[in-house]
Amino acid sequence: MNVLVFLIPLAILLGLLALYGLFWSLKRNQYEDMEGAAYRILLDDDIEKK
Amino acid sequence: MGAAPDFTHFVRTDEDGRSRLDLAIDGITCAACLPDIETAMKRLPGVKLARLNLTSHRLALTYDPQQVEPARFTGALEAIGYRAYPYEQRQVEADEQARFVLLLKCLGVAVFAAMNIMLLSISVWSGQSTSLPPETRDFFHLVSAVIALPAAAYAGQPFFTSAWAAIRQRRLNMDVPITIGVTLALGLSVYETQHHADHAYFDSAIMLLAFLLAGRVVDQAMRRRTKTAAGNLAALKGENALRFDGAEWGLVPVAALAPGDRLLVRAGERVPADGVIVEGLSAVDESAITGETDPKPVEPGDHVYAGTVNGEGALTVDVTAAGHSALIDEAARLIEQAGAARSRYMQLSDRVSQLYAPAVHLTALVTGLSWWLFFGASPHDALVIAISVLIITCPCALALAVPTVQAMASGAFFRSGLFLNDARGLEKLGEIDAVVFDKTGTLTLPQAGVANADEIPADLLELAGRLARSSHHPLALALARSLRARAPLPEARETSGQGVSAPHEGDEARLGSAAFCAAEHLATDAEASSIYVRAGERVAQLSIRQSLRPDAARVVAHLRDAGLDLHILSGDRAEAVAPVAEKLGIADWRGGQKPAEKIAFVEALKAQGKRVLMVGDGLNDAPALAAAHASISPIDAVHLTQGQADAVFLGDRLLPVAAALAISQQARALMKQNLGFAIVYNAIAVPVAMAGHASPLFAALAMSGSSILVTLNALRLRGPGKSVTLLAKPLRDQP
Repeated sequence: MNVLVFLIPLAILLGLLALYGLFWSLKRNQYEDMEGAAYRILLDDDIEKK
Repeated sequence: MGAAPDFTHFVRTDEDGRSRLDLAIDGITCAACLPDIETAMKRLPGVKLARLNLTSHRLALTYDPQQVEPARFTGALEAIGYRAYPYEQRQVEADEQARFVLLLKCLGVAVFAAMNIMLLSISVWSGQSTSLPPETRDFFHLVSAVIALPAAAYAGQPFFTSAWAAIRQRRLNMDVPITIGVTLALGLSVYETQHHADHAYFDSAIMLLAFLLAGRVVDQAMRRRTKTAAGNLAALKGENALRFDGAEWGLVPVAALAPGDRLLVRAGERVPADGVIVEGLSAVDESAITGETDPKPVEPGDHVYAGTVNGEGALTVDVTAAGHSALIDEAARLIEQAGAARSRYMQLSDRVSQLYAPAVHLTALVTGLSWWLFFGASPHDALVIAISVLIITCPCALALAVPTVQAMASGAFFRSGLFLNDARGLEKLGEIDAVVFDKTGTLTLPQAGVANADEIPADLLELAGRLARSSHHPLALALARSLRARAPLPEARETSGQGVSAPHEGDEARLGSAAFCAAEHLATDAEASSIYVRAGERVAQLSIRQSLRPDAARVVAHLRDAGLDLHILSGDRAEAVAPVAEKLGIADWRGGQKPAEKIAFVEALKAQGKRVLMVGDGLNDAPALAAAHASISPIDAVHLTQGQADAVFLGDRLLPVAAALAISQQARALMKQNLGFAIVYNAIAVPVAMAGHASPLFAALAMSGSSILVTLNALRLRGPGKSVTLLAKPLRDQP
């Protein structure tokens, strides 16, 4: 049972990490344009630059 | 005078001296537009950043004001086929956005907590049949408490604030029992944990919050989407006005006008703001306000209203503050009277929660007391059972039953070209059994158009539109607008009072009176005006009139088949209403109606026990819209009128009205089913809890089961249904 002392904090830590990710992405307005983001990855915007 | 408009009103400057401008963009059809627009913008000198949001169809620009004029952006966009207009974020929209972010954060916290607590709870539940040492169980409960308490305090915010607001106004809403349930569940669990008891309800409390928040996030996402689209439409409708700034005339956006500004309204233009005429004689088409299609002569000293269309003379107008006209004051007064009845309407979910909260709390109390007094339970056990009744009945399914359907319905509205102004409208639209239509701008298209367009060769029609662009005659302006004509022909010359001519493909093209085009004058009906077009040897007669919306007859027939009682009430002359009523087969129609008479008619129908839907666009319809049980108006309607409508529809078709009714009826049926489910669930779960058998496992299963059931049921609502979508089919096949 001693392993619990390890595993429970680990589980909570992983959860908190994901939660931090959500807050970070919200703060950076990552949910502003769900459609555009899907296409942006396909654009070769570096070719256009002079 | 044709200079580019001045967008200074919309430009913001940041600390680095760079300017920021947001544009709403029309014409985005696919993802390929994204690089198109962004590269076109970046090619302009001085543009630092151009980012298009493909979801909201808005373009954010950051640029150096020294190097580029904002008007060049719209020009460059127009050149590649997009219409753009500066966009000003309104407070409502910013609030919706902030609320969405808060709900999403709360949901994140609740889901995080629910996952971790479930991990512990499932171990405890399975440990009860095997051999979990009591110390480990207590430790798990303690860890659950440490996670649950702060998480609930954070994730519960939306419910706590709403419940508190309701209680302060001495009302009850769904959030009151939710708040009480969550608080008691947590309090009891903490107490039980301290006393090394078997059961703790941390998981139930947190799961309840997570489910409810998920429902609200979906609802809010839908609402945000419609608000954004509505904001874009409002921006793109934005017109420019010619304003005199003391030295010269300049184009400014209508949003930037203030009382006292002096404006020039040219022949055929829309009056941009309410005002008093200082100079000029003309006739003004006030059909947008009164429904009357005959222009009204005006002279200096007369009032003109925003949304009316100027006739043949140019007018100089001083802008006055809105709401000063007798007509608008009268309308506002009538709206206030008529609207009183409307605010008394109670939503289904509110009606249920008025009964629900007292009933549930009473049940819990009676349960606790009877265990203590009659069945000899200790006060502690009786209290635990009473609270478990509250936890079980905590209205998870009930609170999800209506919002999930609302979210689905507003999505379906959106896809059918409708915006819901008010969530209450959905329920009211579902109860309709009589429909009253206004004529001008509602059954007919808001602008006059070519009635015989399909009899005329397409190239001649296009030519006529382009010729019309060069003229300031009201008929020509109406023609150009309705044909969506592109650039005028080069070297076009206007012969005053007769027509326009221009060289075209080695010959001459003419647009104008029969004599001017050397055409034979053909008699038409009294309502239409004729204009002729000639290209070389070919001549065609265009008959310009207020025409019915293309699918009006079909939609009206559909509504009649659906058993609705149909009427027409118009402010226009009886002679103008009669042919429309006849064509649509509506037997009960009235012309020349004043706003008060319209209200009286609606009230009379209501007195017969009918639930009336009013569909109208004019200012004269606004009071009747407020008096009716539910109301819809087209997007072209004047501002005051749109504000009264429960829903607003887009486009040239009448179909959205039929779709609105079909969707709302389905939504209402689904809401009732869902509420039924929730009640059946309670009927099964409450006796179990009252008997004292509600273990945390039972609570968790019952709660998530019922929540998932009502959500899945709501997902069945996708669109207006086959009978309405089929109405659109044959129209779509036409070119």
